[in-house]
Amino acid sequence: MSKLIINRRGLLKAGAVGGVALATPMHFIRGAYAADQSCNMPTGANVVFGFNVPLSGPYADEGADELKAYQLAVKHLNGEGDGGMLSTFSSKALKGKGILGKKVTFVSGDTQTKADAARDSAKRMIEKEKAIMITGGSSSAEAVAVQSLCQDMGVIFMSCLTHSNDTTGKDKKRYGFRHFFNAYMSGVALGPVLAEAYGKDRKAYHLTADYTWGWTQEESMKKSTEAQGWKTVNAVRTPLGAGDFSQYLTPVLSSGADVLILNHYGKDMVNSLTQAVQFGMRQKQVGGKNFEIVVPLFSELMAQGAGDAIKGIYGTANWDWKLDNDGTKAFVKSFGKEYGTPPSQAAQTAYVQAILYADACERAGTFFAPAVIKALEGFEFDGLGNGKTLYRGSDHQCFKDVLVVQGKEKPKDKFDLLEVKKIVPTKDVTYDPAIFGGDLGPADAKTCG
Amino acid sequence: MDAIILQILNGLDKGGAYALIALGLTLVFGTLGVVNFAHGALFMLGAFCAVTFNKILTLEKVTVDPTQLTPWGTPAEIKTSLVEAWLGEFGKVLVNYSVPVSIIAAIPVMLIIGIVMERGLIRHFYKRPHADQILVTFGLAIVIQEIIKHFYGANPIPQAAPAAFSGTAQVGMLLGMGDAIPYPWWRLIYLFFSLAVIGIVFAFLQFTTYGMVVRAGMRDRETVGLLGIDIERRFTVVFGIAAVVAGLAGVMYTPVLPPDYHMGMDFLVLSFVVVVVGGMGSLGGAVAAGFLLGILQSFASMNEIKSIIPGIDQIIIYLVAVVILLTMPRGLMGRKGVMED
Repeated sequence: MSKLIINRRGLLKAGAVGGVALATPMHFIRGAYAADQSCNMPTGANVVFGFNVPLSGPYADEGADELKAYQLAVKHLNGEGDGGMLSTFSSKALKGKGILGKKVTFVSGDTQTKADAARDSAKRMIEKEKAIMITGGSSSAEAVAVQSLCQDMGVIFMSCLTHSNDTTGKDKKRYGFRHFFNAYMSGVALGPVLAEAYGKDRKAYHLTADYTWGWTQEESMKKSTEAQGWKTVNAVRTPLGAGDFSQYLTPVLSSGADVLILNHYGKDMVNSLTQAVQFGMRQKQVGGKNFEIVVPLFSELMAQGAGDAIKGIYGTANWDWKLDNDGTKAFVKSFGKEYGTPPSQAAQTAYVQAILYADACERAGTFFAPAVIKALEGFEFDGLGNGKTLYRGSDHQCFKDVLVVQGKEKPKDKFDLLEVKKIVPTKDVTYDPAIFGGDLGPADAKTCG
Repeated sequence: MDAIILQILNGLDKGGAYALIALGLTLVFGTLGVVNFAHGALFMLGAFCAVTFNKILTLEKVTVDPTQLTPWGTPAEIKTSLVEAWLGEFGKVLVNYSVPVSIIAAIPVMLIIGIVMERGLIRHFYKRPHADQILVTFGLAIVIQEIIKHFYGANPIPQAAPAAFSGTAQVGMLLGMGDAIPYPWWRLIYLFFSLAVIGIVFAFLQFTTYGMVVRAGMRDRETVGLLGIDIERRFTVVFGIAAVVAGLAGVMYTPVLPPDYHMGMDFLVLSFVVVVVGGMGSLGGAVAAGFLLGILQSFASMNEIKSIIPGIDQIIIYLVAVVILLTMPRGLMGRKGVMED
């Protein structure tokens, strides 16, 4: 028969160990939140992702590319295919065995490129289909609306194509994370390149899409070009989906401006740029200088829509499939084999956001949303195609290099329309989060509303 | 002065498109009494006739070259143009002029589409209330849109004007005012093209026996029928003609606005306003209102005007419609008794 003998030294040791354990912050302990519950935590063998992409409306092609990338990410997470960027990702938490032993499945919804439809679709996926995370979208109006819904319901939102400063500025939310760059970064990256290419004595005329993204894009471009010595002659707001922009373009011709900055995206940008070229603006001379057109944000899909009009036009991009790094090569190989085309920047952002969420769950050791948020905040990583990247904790904005691109004069094919002219380092596009205001709000766990 | 001339030109070419679409719309309404919400889809189908014709002309032969690899490691595909390989220089010219040449293909295609649409669906709704007609034609427009989206995708597909007309005309030089008024050649061509089509439609209705019967049918369908004329069949052909007019407007508009599946809807609402302002069932009214609203819209977008009344460019058309309907309830040239029962 043994006796429980507690001596003074043993008691002190046990007390010290117990004290350290109690003093340790809970989020350092794997599985510490096991008993905690947040919205739609999986109970069976599967975990459900919600892919909320535009499958109709003006950005349907971008949405289709996003969905392809999400499906590829799910395959790789579950150990199918060649693993894509999981092999180059600096975090090695994901092993191709699902997340925390659960197989990843997904549901998808059509946002129709409309904020209200995007919100309804996300709500359905959360309430009816038990999605634990929502990702997708291709406009800032959509992102801001869905992000706000996700904050209220306690579901993490990994936004895809959203470029407005507001998404991680005045409308930022604790439950929302943006990998894509923003209008401010485009302005900072593009300003010096434009001044170098076109000189410092320039007069700019802005045509701006009349919604949140357009306003912030115009403001950022004005600031960055005026800092280079340019003057802003006029800034005209145009309705979304105007189709024929000719009545807004004809006043440019007699305004005295020598640069036209098109703060348009998607179909609007394709139309306004094509029509500006038709009005002879690429051949025009003002005060002995060549008239120039600038499109601060464009994508490969938009370049395909604009055709020859995109040649020589400067803009910025989040990523390009021709970048020379291991992550990009692995992703292009994987995506190309699966679908027969190189991925667009929309596809890369979608893929990366799905992987980052999965990795954060694995590192946190739980699907409990507040713990996953903690794992994402301040997370530094590499190997996902953009070089070293930081998910800043104070506003949930990713910071990485920004690409200044130019429409190629002699493209080899329709996937070779953009040329990376300059890679602007992260430190040059980093800013104080206070300049855009906003409040992340609480990280409290919620049970779907 | 330069700015004013530019805005007038802009308004005229915009008005040309409005007038062409509204002309077909009011022709159908005047003859068949049908409010056709699928008319915008016919404009879009015309544009896609040009796209399809261009795609056929640029068909490529694909061969796999195992010595070259794609960035993802599969053998590269080498594409060569079939038409250029078969027809040489003439093939190149054909591709360059694919938009105007596609008119030849678009006319029979649109005529058949129009006749099939009328015989297959619209005729069953002649005696139904206008609300039913609107619902069924709107539904039809959505179906057509989705079919086009399925085959061509959602992104706009740019169509180039022939190289010789892709630059700008120095309108100022032509008017003896210097070189400050550049205007795209193709838009000027579009303006003259729309005037020509409008002229042909009016001449057809005014100077041919067929047109005379149609006009008589528009006035009094029953009496014309009592005279032993198969007015129904003539109206079917008129529907086909309206489809052709909308289709041609679409074909020629492709270099101005890269076509996508939704472009018909974008024009439809505006065209209805044009028809209402012009007067329901009045062909002359539709044309006059098309040009009038095009010019007003263009002027309202001038910065000088917008600085006085912000946002006027986006509401001017509807504002004018309200004012005209309040002061002239039948529109500019509306006939008594049309849509008044």
